[in-house]
Amino acid sequence: MQQACITHLALDDFASPMSAETADTLAELHRRVEALRPTLLRLAQLQLRNLAWAEDAVSETMLAVLEGASGFNGKSQFKTWVVGILKHKVLDQLRLRQREAQYDTDDDGEVLDDLVFAPDGHFRNFPQTWDTPADALQQRQFFEVLEACMDALPGQIGRVFLMREWLELDTDAICQELRISSTNVWTMLHRARMRLRECLQLNWFGTPAK
Amino acid sequence: MNYPLRRTCREVAALILAREDRALAFPERLAIRIHFLVCKACPNFAQEVRTLRHALGRWRHYSEHDNDPSQS
Repeated sequence: MQQACITHLALDDFASPMSAETADTLAELHRRVEALRPTLLRLAQLQLRNLAWAEDAVSETMLAVLEGASGFNGKSQFKTWVVGILKHKVLDQLRLRQREAQYDTDDDGEVLDDLVFAPDGHFRNFPQTWDTPADALQQRQFFEVLEACMDALPGQIGRVFLMREWLELDTDAICQELRISSTNVWTMLHRARMRLRECLQLNWFGTPAK
Repeated sequence: MNYPLRRTCREVAALILAREDRALAFPERLAIRIHFLVCKACPNFAQEVRTLRHALGRWRHYSEHDNDPSQS
C-alpha cells in the first residue's frame, strides 16, 4: 500500500512537467501581475473603502504571487488565481482593521424605505421589471454603473455588502468577522440592497435610451 | 379586508430582500405567496431583485476572468 502511494507520488511529480506558466521568468510573472494591479486595487478598494488598506492588500497579493508562482498550475486562469489570493489578503485587512472600520457606520435609519414606500406601506412608484443588458459592450457599461453604485454605498454597509456579494461569505461568517449581530448584518444588507436598487433604477434601468 | 398573514408591500419587499441572505420561515414564505395573489407591484420588485442577483453573479465572474479578448 505504502509502496503504491510512493509510486503514485513519483508519477505525479513526473507527470506535471513545467507548464508554460511555471516556465515564465520572474520578470514575465511580474509584468503579468503588474498589468492586473489597477483591477486588483479597484476591487480591494471596493471592499475595503480605504485606499491605504487597499494598497496594503494589493502589495501583499503581488508578493504572494511572486513567491508562490509554483502554486499556479496553469489550468485555472492567471487572473482567477491572482484575484483568489487578493480575496484572502483583503479579508486579512478586514480582520486587521475591524476596529477602525466600525467607526465608519452611518446611521441613516429607514430613510430610504420611507422614500420608497408611502405611509400605508404601498410603493410610491410602481416597480418596473428589469432587463439585463444583452451584448458585451452594454454589459461592460452596466458593470461600470454597478460598481459605481456599490462604491456609493456608505462605509460599513458597503463593506458588509461586498463581503456578502464579492467575498461570498454567508451572514454567519460576516457576523464573526466583524463581531456584530446577525440582525445587524441583515439590516445592513437590507439597506445596501435597497440603495443599490434605487441607484441602478436611477442610473441604468430608468434611462430610456442607452 | 383583513386576513391572517396580511402584509404591506413594504413588509413583503423586506422579506424578498431578506431571502437573498437567509432562509425564510414557512409563515414568511406563505405571506409572500398570499400577498402576490393580490399585488402586482411586489412580483415586479421580486423580479428586479432576481435580476440584480444574476447581475452580481455575472459581475463576479467578469471581475475574476480574462473575458476581454484584447487582453488575452
